[in-house]
Amino acid sequence: MSAPSRMAGRTLLGPIVRGVSQAWAGWVAWAAVIVVVVAAPLFINKSFFLSLLCRIGLMTIFALSYNMLLGQTGLLSFGHAVYYGLGAFATMHVLNAVHGGIPITLLPLAGGAGALLFGVVFGYVTTRKAGTTFAMISLGLGEMVASSSLMFPHFFGGEGGISGNRVTGKGWFGINFGTQLQMYYLIAAWTAVCIAATWSLTQTPLGRMANAVRDNPERVEFVGYSPQWIRYLMVVLSGFFAGIAGGLTALQYEIVTAEVLSDYTSGIVILMAFVGGVGSFSGPIIGAVLITILQVAVASVTPAWPFYFGLFFLIMVLYAPGGIASIVAEHRAVWRAHLLSRLLPSYLLAALPVTLLVAGIIAMVEMAYATVNAVERGTAELHILGVPLDGAAALSWVEAAASIAAGLFLLSLAGKKVSQGWQDVSAVLRAVAVETGP
Amino acid sequence: MEFGLISLLNGVTYGLLLFMLSSGLTLIFSMMGILNFAHASFYMLGAYFAYQISALIGFWPALFLAPLLMGVVGALVERYGLRKAHKFGPVPELLFTFGLSFLVVEIVQLIWGKAVVDYRVPPSLSGTLFTLFSTSFPVYKGFMMMVSVGMLVALYVLLTRTRIGLIIQAALSRPDMAQALGHNVPRIFTLVFGGGAALAGLAGVIGGNAFVTEPGMAASVGPIVFVVVVVGGLGSLGGAFVASLLIGILQTFMVGFDYSLLDLARSLGIHLQSSPALMRLSVTQLAPIMPYALMVAILIFRPRGLMGARES
Repeated sequence: MSAPSRMAGRTLLGPIVRGVSQAWAGWVAWAAVIVVVVAAPLFINKSFFLSLLCRIGLMTIFALSYNMLLGQTGLLSFGHAVYYGLGAFATMHVLNAVHGGIPITLLPLAGGAGALLFGVVFGYVTTRKAGTTFAMISLGLGEMVASSSLMFPHFFGGEGGISGNRVTGKGWFGINFGTQLQMYYLIAAWTAVCIAATWSLTQTPLGRMANAVRDNPERVEFVGYSPQWIRYLMVVLSGFFAGIAGGLTALQYEIVTAEVLSDYTSGIVILMAFVGGVGSFSGPIIGAVLITILQVAVASVTPAWPFYFGLFFLIMVLYAPGGIASIVAEHRAVWRAHLLSRLLPSYLLAALPVTLLVAGIIAMVEMAYATVNAVERGTAELHILGVPLDGAAALSWVEAAASIAAGLFLLSLAGKKVSQGWQDVSAVLRAVAVETGP
Repeated sequence: MEFGLISLLNGVTYGLLLFMLSSGLTLIFSMMGILNFAHASFYMLGAYFAYQISALIGFWPALFLAPLLMGVVGALVERYGLRKAHKFGPVPELLFTFGLSFLVVEIVQLIWGKAVVDYRVPPSLSGTLFTLFSTSFPVYKGFMMMVSVGMLVALYVLLTRTRIGLIIQAALSRPDMAQALGHNVPRIFTLVFGGGAALAGLAGVIGGNAFVTEPGMAASVGPIVFVVVVVGGLGSLGGAFVASLLIGILQTFMVGFDYSLLDLARSLGIHLQSSPALMRLSVTQLAPIMPYALMVAILIFRPRGLMGARES
């Protein structure tokens, strides 16, 4: 996101009008989201969709808690699954221990509290350093907890994990969370509470100082704060929210295995936060929704989905480090200035090479997969959208390679057009900003 | 005595292998300030390349070709990936190597499948080097030691006694000055990154057949290499060497030492009524978390690592 484009958006509409209209638009948008969330089960009351929506809710909380570290405090953690997983285990143990003594609605707090306690201990070690060292230590601690999960079968349940039953009684008015629908509303409510809480936190002095620590820790020290203490507090609080997400996960699936502590869990939350955009509050929410849906959708089509995810992530890192949120914000500024028409032709021009490139890569990956697993599948032949391919035939490989090569070549030409278009547009935006003055 | 000596030899072999990995990682880190998450993936790729090449033309060509190929791959990654991510700052850079490590595992599975591949010690290197008491020490472990020490000496000579080594050292400590003196610092970065990748590849060639070559091998060794680098002190080659040996030897001893606190109590003549889980944990079971526990201890008591020059 470039500063001039944002400024232009403000100055074009005038500060007061913008302030009122934007705040109003924001409330309308949130109200619409709430209506959709509440009404969604009325329209698609299938357990598959409900559990997908539940997963989106859990991952939203998890990704938001992660962004408290990466986006707000500038701490890149590779071991966030520790808090999520320990929160899940804590909730499960409390659930099994109290036999309904605590209402299910409040049980995720047990996960949050458990994770918070671990945050108090682990955070002390990890936040002794910032930057790269923090990243390495968080990775090390994550590995330590993950590998100790098999050492303490009493607590972690060994290979099989531990399970419980969230239905502990009749409940109030028959609400005992036995059905997926009731669980859906519980998760939705907790997600709303956590979104509100994490957003409020960004407005507190602590949230602001965390941003300052991210941007300029030295200056924070000059002002009289301790960056280490602020980092520590943020790690502990972020652990709390991750623990709530873990607790809800335990209640939703009624089983917790060591998988929740794995490096895969830590990786997927980085993917969500980063792809959505760590620079804005709503970025991780976008990422959690998108990645969770993609995970289900792509995984149901191809077993090679982790490859596509990895590639998608790398492309985002290299070409859109601000994530989807920043792409949207940039285009909104252009749209407000009625300049989007200048970009569209170059986008259309780039569409063909991108299609060629993507088709070639998909063909190659799927053929490789079919060839490696030819014995199990019985054949190396496959169809993608009706196009026949054969992993054992050289011609298919040549076709895929040609598609990739042509795509790359044409994209390098179209890419120039796109960046030229962007240069023009941002030059206009800058000029408008200068004319209207600050 | 027998257990001690054999464990020491095995530990040193493993430690030297760790050093081959951590030396490249440390060099890259101290030069570019990048923690290369994909470093263990390079190790894995090296093993797979060696498996493929030795299946085609034999082990000895693979010993040279696989690291060379890894070096080229590393240089390409630096030139077309990292350099681009570098513009956005350290976090995207770190995330790039993280994403790469993820992708490499998938690529390996796409090409060679998920199962363990049959990468074996060549017949000319199999057999027993010597027998100590009743345990035999394989020729291949001796060969691994020889290669690691040879590499270590070569690296030392290259960095301290040659012109290119001096330029690398100059670019390492004062990149701007080296650039001003007319050296192509970005190209040196590419070279160092490729060199580090080649070292990791070499470790893969000789480690892949000593242990197992499978898609999970990067994930199992990667975190330990990071621990080595932190314990040794970020950016210190000497520290990485000491930490590699320390962790290699400690872990080998712990794996072979199957006693728990309960056994200790029993041998002291104390008989406990109950035996909590913690008492029954044997040292062997603790071996996987030892490196991390050591790292945490080092961070608390000596934050700059064993031989680190500065606190970052």
